[in-house]
Amino acid sequence: MKKLTALMLSSAMMLSLAACGGSASTDTASSEAASSEAASSEETATGEAAELTTVNAGKLTMSTNAAFPPYEMTTDSGDFEGIDIDVAAAVAEKLGLELQIDDMDFDAALLAAQNGKSDMVMAGVTVTDERLKVMDFSDTYAEGIQSIIVPEDSDIATVDDLSGKAIGTQRGTTGYIYCTDDFGEDNVIAYDDGLTAVQALNNGQVDAVVIDNAPAKAFAEANPGLKILDTAYAQEDYAIGVAKGNTELLNAINGALEELQQDGTLQAIVDKYITAE
Amino acid sequence: MEAQFEALSELVKSGQKLSFGQDFFVKFYQAFLYSDRWQQYIKGVGTTLLVTAIALVLGVVLGAIVAMIRVGHAQQKPHHHNLVLGVFNAIAKVYVTVIRGTPMMVQLLIMSMVVFASSRNFTMVGALALGINSGAYVSEIIRGGLMAVDPGQMEAGRSLGLNYMTTMFEIIIPQAIRSILPALGNEFIMLLKDSSLITVIGGKELLYAAQGIMNRTYEPMFPLLGVAAVYLVLVMLFSALLAKFERRLAQSDRR
Repeated sequence: MKKLTALMLSSAMMLSLAACGGSASTDTASSEAASSEAASSEETATGEAAELTTVNAGKLTMSTNAAFPPYEMTTDSGDFEGIDIDVAAAVAEKLGLELQIDDMDFDAALLAAQNGKSDMVMAGVTVTDERLKVMDFSDTYAEGIQSIIVPEDSDIATVDDLSGKAIGTQRGTTGYIYCTDDFGEDNVIAYDDGLTAVQALNNGQVDAVVIDNAPAKAFAEANPGLKILDTAYAQEDYAIGVAKGNTELLNAINGALEELQQDGTLQAIVDKYITAE
Repeated sequence: MEAQFEALSELVKSGQKLSFGQDFFVKFYQAFLYSDRWQQYIKGVGTTLLVTAIALVLGVVLGAIVAMIRVGHAQQKPHHHNLVLGVFNAIAKVYVTVIRGTPMMVQLLIMSMVVFASSRNFTMVGALALGINSGAYVSEIIRGGLMAVDPGQMEAGRSLGLNYMTTMFEIIIPQAIRSILPALGNEFIMLLKDSSLITVIGGKELLYAAQGIMNRTYEPMFPLLGVAAVYLVLVMLFSALLAKFERRLAQSDRR
């Protein structure tokens, strides 16, 4: 028993001595730094040699909200199509990854990329200051306009006419944020997707719907009796969102986007879905 | 405090990492305090309580009527079938079957997109849908309670010269309420929580407020945890009230 106590005491002394010496031992610190440097250079080396680290190995997972024609929509067979889908497929091909699409609500799609549940979000996402705080964005690949859809016999002709009217929007979109900023929370109703908002407009439950121009066109075409106002609500740029700090993936995406821009693929995809007037 | 928040969020924008405490402060501040956002939650709680109260009253009234019809129909003398009661009983059965057989969410969407397609009062449409839904469940709870009262009670009442209605209201129902209450409390709690579903049709209750704030801050944790805490507190208050009521009813209990 005495021996054991002595052993414990001596080991305690040894430890405390070692702790005292910690601040003075510059040698060990520098050697540690050197070894970690070596490790990190190894990592980047393997990173370049092998593929990017993605959420699902070998796959580029994209979260989106497939109720936003023509950027993303579902086909009759349950697959996805649209500008974002095609661009994502082209980017994935450049990166040597397989594209996987997760369809969810728009606000959930943003959070998925932010929290690392998906590699990127492509859902006609506009770059805003607030969003830059929580995620990183690629270069823009398309331009969007916030449009106002109204019934044909509506008395709303300009943006100012919207004040005091019931405005339908899609939850989490810039349209929702601009409208609540300009006209107050009470006059804006957020729906889970654009389709539901337009349905509410058809029913007369809201007076106008503010949504991105391209889907607005698709909605107005599909619903006779609705028209799009000539005056735009806001101009904005679409980009691919990735988790904050994921520069490796961001650079890879930007590189792929630039190549696609140069060889004309990007324009071809946009032309396929949006016919110029 | 606001100045501190502004300074810290500038730091975040410039890409600097915050310490855990600072990060917590920024997220908490933007979720609840920034530009008086707590008022949105309070307004949301108000709507949630209003919707629950309307749905509750509607549910209990509907449920009681349906239960009375079904029990009345079941307790007729053999070979003396009242045709009117039979028709009402059939309607009540269909109502309970349809409402219990379809999801709450689908019922809400049908109510707002099909039945009341031109109504702009989304909160009231939501309350109505919730109340109709609740009525089906409440009717079965009440029916169970009425059936659980010993048939000797009805026989005793009738043999003392009371008619069916008087026996029901003076003897059977007061006894049934005691056994119904725990299950009914359960249903009320479900109703309070289900009121969060009306966000899908644009009802501006507590969850809607939280989602609105999430969409601006892109920070889901604090609004969602805050909302969960509010619901929990509301349900706990509700349970406490219910327990008090049950104790009051149990004062004359010999069991």
